[in-house]
Amino acid sequence: MKYDLVIIGGGPAGLSAANAAWEDGCRSICIVERDRELGGILNQCIHNGFGLHYFKEELTGPEYAGRFIEMLKSTDVEVRIDTMVLEITEQKEVHVISAANGYEVLEAGAVVLAMGCRERTRGAIAIPGTRPAGVFTAGTAQRYLNIEGYMVGKKVVILGSGDIGLIMARRMTLEGAEVLACVEVMPYSGGLTRNIVQCLNDFNIPLYLSHTITDIRGKDRVEQVEVAEVGPDRRPIPGTEMTFDCDTVLLSVGLIPENELSRSAGITMDPRTNGPVVYENMETSIPGVFACGNVLHVHDLVDFVTAEAAKAGKAAASLAGTVSEEGPVLELKNGPVVGYTVPQQVHMHADFKVLEVFFRVRAVLGACHIYVRDEEGNQIATFSRERVAPGEMETIKIPKVLLAKAKGAVTVSVEEDQEESKE
Amino acid sequence: MKHLICITCPKGCHLQVDENKDYAVTGNNCPRGAEYGRNELLHPVRVLTSTVRITGAAIPRLPVKTDKPLPKERMFDCMELINGLLVQSPVQVGQVLAEDLFGTGVNLVACKTL
Amino acid sequence: MYDITIIGCGVIGASIAYSLSAYDLKILILEQENDIAMGTTKANSAIIHAGYDPEPGTLIAKLNVRGSEMMEELCRKLSVKYDRIGSLVLGFNEQDRKHLEKLYDNGMKNGVPGLKILTGDEARERDPHLTKAVTCALYAPTAAIIDPWGLAIAEAETAVRNGAELHCSAKVTGLEQKEKSVVLHTAAGDFETRYVINCAGGWAGEICALTGKEEWESQLARGEYYLMDKSSGSLAKHVIFQCPTEKGKGVLVAPTVHGNLIVGPNAAPVEDPYCRETTLAGLDEVAEASRRSIDGIDLRQCIRNFAGVRAIISEPDFVIRPAAGCPCMLHVAGIKSPGLSAAPAIAEYAIEQLQAMGLSFVKKDSWIDTREQIRFKELSQEEKQEMIRKDPRYGRVICRCETITEGEIVAAIHSPVPPCSIDGVKRRAGAGMGRCQGGFCGPRVLEILARELGISPFDVLQDGEGTKLLISETKGGTAV
Repeated sequence: MKYDLVIIGGGPAGLSAANAAWEDGCRSICIVERDRELGGILNQCIHNGFGLHYFKEELTGPEYAGRFIEMLKSTDVEVRIDTMVLEITEQKEVHVISAANGYEVLEAGAVVLAMGCRERTRGAIAIPGTRPAGVFTAGTAQRYLNIEGYMVGKKVVILGSGDIGLIMARRMTLEGAEVLACVEVMPYSGGLTRNIVQCLNDFNIPLYLSHTITDIRGKDRVEQVEVAEVGPDRRPIPGTEMTFDCDTVLLSVGLIPENELSRSAGITMDPRTNGPVVYENMETSIPGVFACGNVLHVHDLVDFVTAEAAKAGKAAASLAGTVSEEGPVLELKNGPVVGYTVPQQVHMHADFKVLEVFFRVRAVLGACHIYVRDEEGNQIATFSRERVAPGEMETIKIPKVLLAKAKGAVTVSVEEDQEESKE
Repeated sequence: MKHLICITCPKGCHLQVDENKDYAVTGNNCPRGAEYGRNELLHPVRVLTSTVRITGAAIPRLPVKTDKPLPKERMFDCMELINGLLVQSPVQVGQVLAEDLFGTGVNLVACKTL
Repeated sequence: MYDITIIGCGVIGASIAYSLSAYDLKILILEQENDIAMGTTKANSAIIHAGYDPEPGTLIAKLNVRGSEMMEELCRKLSVKYDRIGSLVLGFNEQDRKHLEKLYDNGMKNGVPGLKILTGDEARERDPHLTKAVTCALYAPTAAIIDPWGLAIAEAETAVRNGAELHCSAKVTGLEQKEKSVVLHTAAGDFETRYVINCAGGWAGEICALTGKEEWESQLARGEYYLMDKSSGSLAKHVIFQCPTEKGKGVLVAPTVHGNLIVGPNAAPVEDPYCRETTLAGLDEVAEASRRSIDGIDLRQCIRNFAGVRAIISEPDFVIRPAAGCPCMLHVAGIKSPGLSAAPAIAEYAIEQLQAMGLSFVKKDSWIDTREQIRFKELSQEEKQEMIRKDPRYGRVICRCETITEGEIVAAIHSPVPPCSIDGVKRRAGAGMGRCQGGFCGPRVLEILARELGISPFDVLQDGEGTKLLISETKGGTAV
């Protein structure tokens, strides 16, 4: 089976990439989705807040996904659901299996990786204690609650203030559970501020910043957790312990791009994002293989996923079957406060007017400036911000004419404004 | 003067609302922020999202939302109403499942075609 | 009336059951938990020791070396994951080197083949991530890694296929001695049997006490572990031990048969065999010790912490002898490390003891001694195609991280020793073993378990008795 474009994953990134590639004239597209329906994780994100940028209105997850699925219906994009990709080779052969069609090898002119991400688990943060039932990642609990209609607990403590955890605090409360606390090890929340307000404050759920769960107790089912304050080294401070009697712990402690397929295909990875290294057109180190959405770096807004995936889909459509251009490559680096940049590399001869760069900061800062400098310290561009936080992805747009002046690699850094820091 | 964080969009603007100046809002980056700030002090409202039971569909719960923000104090009443609903597949996205909730003019609508 | 009853179905009970099932005997296996292999067998280092550690002349030494010899063939026959990768005991100074020489001498006396003392550089050549601090190492080519619960389950399944009877959730609570038999009172009813084997692991002392004569003291010790993501799996190529220090026995770092990396254990005395919690101090201790051996262990790559309890007793050697207070009971107790390595040899030795106690052994005409397990991801492309053609459920991947199909999960659920929990499915089919730890596949495994067993989703457990996952239905559903 041959396609000009095979898209791996039918969540928001894959759907947007498919629509964009179709619009760009690609007429041989296949989406491979492992679940039983398209839409990915949006299907279980029944809360609103999606689409403000893209559709200029506030939609729920299923509505947002539904709009793209509807758009897809007017195309001849082929969709394979309940189909798992086992392997992608460097020659862009996509090995898939499904109950319906058995083992197949799809030969792709171009591939878009849109596999999304997974949640960090208890093991990744080594929470001490027993191992009873009742410890769930927030996303797993969300699936049980919103899709399957099951309550996973009555008295809940949430560890981590990522958006899914905050959203689940509200959902569990509305469905009749008691959410006793949301505990965050960092001195700031990992989620969007609006979610602190409408998911915690609205329901008087206390948020303990600079705190963590130090012990999970209970033999069969969670019975109690111990929470303690942490110092600047994020280690618990003895004497600050408090206990909560609860039957459930929800973990919202971070997301990890799901790149096992990318790794085994030999794609160069960025240890900062846990996603592939990409060029300005979302192309990875393997020509003709693109990446977008949460498989590339974890986003907090689906609208940005959609935009990024459209870029990847469009690039994949125009490159399908051809070898991508060679030429001078500009490297982007992260300087102080900046955790990473996407893209990491830029084809300077490529056809673009403005380079959009996404990144996350490592600390909460008040009024500050984003500086783009070249290797000799020349300032290429600056951008001002009233506030930046790790929970909120930043984006800057650098005109190509300015980038072209850079000598050597370009570094993006953030510095707090002097006057503000004295306050 | 009340300090609020706007929840209208992910930006999360820090608003100041002056009760003594007819609830004048500063710190907002758009008109919706001004409306939010004013509402939040006078009569706070929220869009409510949840699920209702559905039979004959591939999954047992249908995602739903209020098509407009609902008075905040009505949220749990509305949950009670939602919990009592049972709908039959097929349902179209946007289909009204309950009209004019508590006389507020707000409807409950389906968020998914099932 | 049963000829023989095995109390406890960890790897020791299962090994004995498997060996006994070759003979014309009516066998009963009693397990207190809702599944087998739920104690030390599911929480240990998963290592087959070469046999240079035990004091020469002890039962431990003899059975370790013999067990290690038998294991490869046994695992091949039972389709249990096993890999003879060899081990290195690391030394960091002159004192350690003397210790390695002592181990080498022990090994020679115990009959361990192929031992060699290496220089630090030679060791690093074999295992490039060893730290610069390593100055010498004892290499043992016969050491191996294994799937311990996989072995116990395979042996128990085969014993059951050969006619052994297994009761789970059947804790033995009392014992009544008759003239030529014993009546065991259990949570699953009374059973009368001519002979009894006490291989209850951490609970062996409790069973012994039921005879009216206590013979030893329990000295249980908990060990805590990190299980690392597969991306860390290649940091060690051998089982890496350390020489003991004043601080403790040292921790091991080893690849697992599933491709992960295991790091641990420490040793802390505990009272209760259920005391399997991990602690901040314990995990720190393990982490720190591991850094002496290997460079570049990133503990953020951990996918699971766990702790296991070693069934140590006050007697230094394995206790495999008739009970003082019950002539038809054979103790198989104090089976601490290297108990897993010795398991098949312990079974062999237990049979000799039972013979001496008067039980007669007649070989069955037809004994099934093999078992097959389909592991979809290990099949070739053609075999995968064929498998899906025969049964489309093998085309549906449920566990993404480990590529485990619905076909494999259903096969596990209908196996001779069926699981009743999500973790039971994990131990058999491997679903949920991977980096997301069942986050994605948990709900789907739950659905398959409920469907295949014909039970309510609310009755599907995470693991042991009482580990309920779902509380109720939303929307006022009352399905508790």
